[in-house]
Amino acid sequence: MRMKTLLAGLALTTALTVPGLAMARPVTLTTTLKNYGGNGAYLALYVTDASGAYKGTLWVAGPKSKYYSHLSGWDRASRGNVAGINGITGASVGAGRTLKVAVDLADALFDAGYKLHIDVAAEDMRDSPSEVVVPLTAAGAGRPVAGRSYIQTFTYGL
Amino acid sequence: MLRWLHKVLALSVIVPLMALVVSGSVLSVMPALDRAGVVSPPADGISVAELAARTAGALPGVEQIKRLPSGKVVAFHAGTDGPAATVVDPSSGEPVSTYAPSAFERWMTNLHRSFFLGDGGRIAAGAAALALLVLTLSGLQMTARRMGGWARLLDRSRGGVMERLHADLGRLATPGLIVSTLTALFLSLTTFGLIPDGRSPPPASPTFPTMAPGGPALPLAEIDALRGIDLSQLRELTFPNPADPTDLFRLTTADGEGCIDPTSGALLAWQDHTLGRQIHEFIYTMHTGRGLWWVGVLLGLSALGVPALGVSGTVLWWRRRRARAPIAANVPARTADTVILVGSEGGSTWGFARTLHAALTAKGHKVHTVAMGRVASSYPAAQRMFLLTATHGDGRAPASAGAFLERLDGIGAPPPFPFAVLGFGDRQFPQFCRFARDVDAALTRRGWTPLLPLETIDRQSPQEFARWGKSLSAVLGEDLVLAHVPERPRTQALTLVERIDYGTEVQAPTCVLRFALPRSSTLARLAGLGWPLFSAGDLLAVVPPGDTLPRYYSLASSTHDGFVEICVRKHPGGLCSGLLHGLRPGDLIEAFVKPNPSFHPAPGRKPVILIGAGTGIGPLAGFIRANRGRRPLHLYFGGRDPESDFLYRREIQGWLDDRRLTSLSTVFSRVSGGGYVQDRLRADAERLRTLIGAGAQVLVCGGREMAAGVKETLDELLVPAGLTPALLKRDGRYLEDVY
Repeated sequence: MRMKTLLAGLALTTALTVPGLAMARPVTLTTTLKNYGGNGAYLALYVTDASGAYKGTLWVAGPKSKYYSHLSGWDRASRGNVAGINGITGASVGAGRTLKVAVDLADALFDAGYKLHIDVAAEDMRDSPSEVVVPLTAAGAGRPVAGRSYIQTFTYGL
Repeated sequence: MLRWLHKVLALSVIVPLMALVVSGSVLSVMPALDRAGVVSPPADGISVAELAARTAGALPGVEQIKRLPSGKVVAFHAGTDGPAATVVDPSSGEPVSTYAPSAFERWMTNLHRSFFLGDGGRIAAGAAALALLVLTLSGLQMTARRMGGWARLLDRSRGGVMERLHADLGRLATPGLIVSTLTALFLSLTTFGLIPDGRSPPPASPTFPTMAPGGPALPLAEIDALRGIDLSQLRELTFPNPADPTDLFRLTTADGEGCIDPTSGALLAWQDHTLGRQIHEFIYTMHTGRGLWWVGVLLGLSALGVPALGVSGTVLWWRRRRARAPIAANVPARTADTVILVGSEGGSTWGFARTLHAALTAKGHKVHTVAMGRVASSYPAAQRMFLLTATHGDGRAPASAGAFLERLDGIGAPPPFPFAVLGFGDRQFPQFCRFARDVDAALTRRGWTPLLPLETIDRQSPQEFARWGKSLSAVLGEDLVLAHVPERPRTQALTLVERIDYGTEVQAPTCVLRFALPRSSTLARLAGLGWPLFSAGDLLAVVPPGDTLPRYYSLASSTHDGFVEICVRKHPGGLCSGLLHGLRPGDLIEAFVKPNPSFHPAPGRKPVILIGAGTGIGPLAGFIRANRGRRPLHLYFGGRDPESDFLYRREIQGWLDDRRLTSLSTVFSRVSGGGYVQDRLRADAERLRTLIGAGAQVLVCGGREMAAGVKETLDELLVPAGLTPALLKRDGRYLEDVY
């Protein structure tokens, strides 16, 4: 269990600030992993826009940047921008464990075609880019989604 | 210094090191086990394009194909119940079995590389590998020194069972341990980014175009970029995500990595593996054995030597610690004005050295006492040097002198200070104080200045030692008093259970004495406190009451037999033999075991010729009794009269019947037409030549004259075979136990 609140200065929030809509709300991202029978997993949580273009990173779990290339979707999209994730990284997540991260997201990101992606990778196991892809909508909040290989449930709560 | 480093390092890292090497040994067999279940690819090869097409046909929805180092081809795909991994037959793409990496192996791997402690544990594991490397190299150097130089590193090891076990296992495990630890250090430094692994930073991976051209995908078998690559080159192939029309094939081979456009089949980007990555992969393979299973097995076997080395090393350290109480006020070598070098086999010479050390220290000298084998190349403050040494066997260096004579070469020019050699021995032996004489001669030859002429001490006589002290006082101009009180050796009580008397009628009263085996726990035995394991040929040291000097008798039994047996001839006026001949069942004696590794049959199946006369049959009978493997043993025995002193007559008949003994040849001197054992050998010349020519070993036990006679006879009769006892001796094939 891990809590992290990002209050200000988050690249994503500022990048998408629209005059008059510059309101942000706290969002809790809860990711529970399956017992996939491997060492601790690396995760990247990031957002793309309606056209699939990368917009920003919310969280990276896993301490060693040399393994980030295994988070291949994110690595490709963010072009390995390690400097840009300063302050939003944490430990890897063990099998069966839950990662809980709190972030502030701009209101403008919701119901506007933006998608939240999670890439997962674990040692000696198959990389799983876009393990979860979920549209950011007000209605989708609190509804658990399952991943392809590693993620039991993912929920974002407003 | 080296010994100290070896000891301190070993004792401080022994526990994590055991976890490391045991887990490493377990992991080492995994690559060999992984070979089971590998389906071999078609003999004429198969391209990755074909493999991909067939696998996709057999397993719709395949997302990735990997070729593991073992050669297994694994397909990752959507199963009925979530994602699945399947081992496929590379020829057909058909599923063979479910692929499930072993949780046990993962657990072992995590123990092996990090003790389950994350990065801190990884650092500890790396440090333990470094410690093991230092232990291996320092052990190797100590072994070389003990053997008398690097050129003799592979000679037969010397010393007691534990010492030989430690040295032999160490030499055997060294190559594997050096490979294991060096590669471990490399991998450890890579993990922490101190050595690049050639994978990061990103320029090593191809730059992916953000958009693929789009359009209908080609059939897999027609993708040109995959058609030219054989399965043996494949590492992994990741299929484009069907939900993403812009996605590409991603391919990693033995040579490099790149991405392929699924619509055109063209290679869009390619990057050869860097040299750094190739080096890293090679080292990874050499450490894990993955893809080279036999490397894994060899490294694992070497690693398994470490627990045995740990135990034997600890036992040796503990014994040495017990045996040698530290010398009081021992001054470091570089500041000492007086140096005492000690060559001791059983430890008694150390007692004399201690007395001399204390007497000189009392006179205000700064004294450094050390084993002869550890002589330094210079003593800058020394004004005199004493060499107190015993002799081992027939003139060789005692245990603590090691390769002293060879090490003298490293000292170079004669030092400015004078020396004096004091030899310890027993005048009954013809090579009395031989090693002390050799040392004295070697130093004189090298131009060293004598302080006193060579002196000898017979049978640890405190009077002779005190007399030498007087000569020393005169030379030094100081009033030294050397009052040595010999330490009584540590003994245990043995109870006589049986005796059989022979030879009274022929004026050679001899008895076979059998004592009960004292009970000892393994722990006490390892600590050197209990009755040790022994075998026939070792020596039983009997210490008569009120005496400090042990008398040695060859053991005629082994631990396995469950009793302690010796053969004793009564000597007129002999204190100890008289005492032993007076024993009745139930009586006690005080004794201890002294290993005698130089008189045992060499292991193997080659025949052994045992030659003994009188009580010399004792250890030979012990060898025969222990011959459960029915190795061919041929016994030659000489006595006086078969009716009186045919020792072990009844047992020998039994051993012939159950084939523990192959042949028996006896000869008796006091019967008509009789003779000595040499005569019997001469009569059997042809047979002996054949046996020895076929590699037989010869063991001779008995009195000095008899041994000399046997040697002379064999010298003659081996001429046609181009051999001599001396040549056989050099190869360890002619052993003597003479008294």
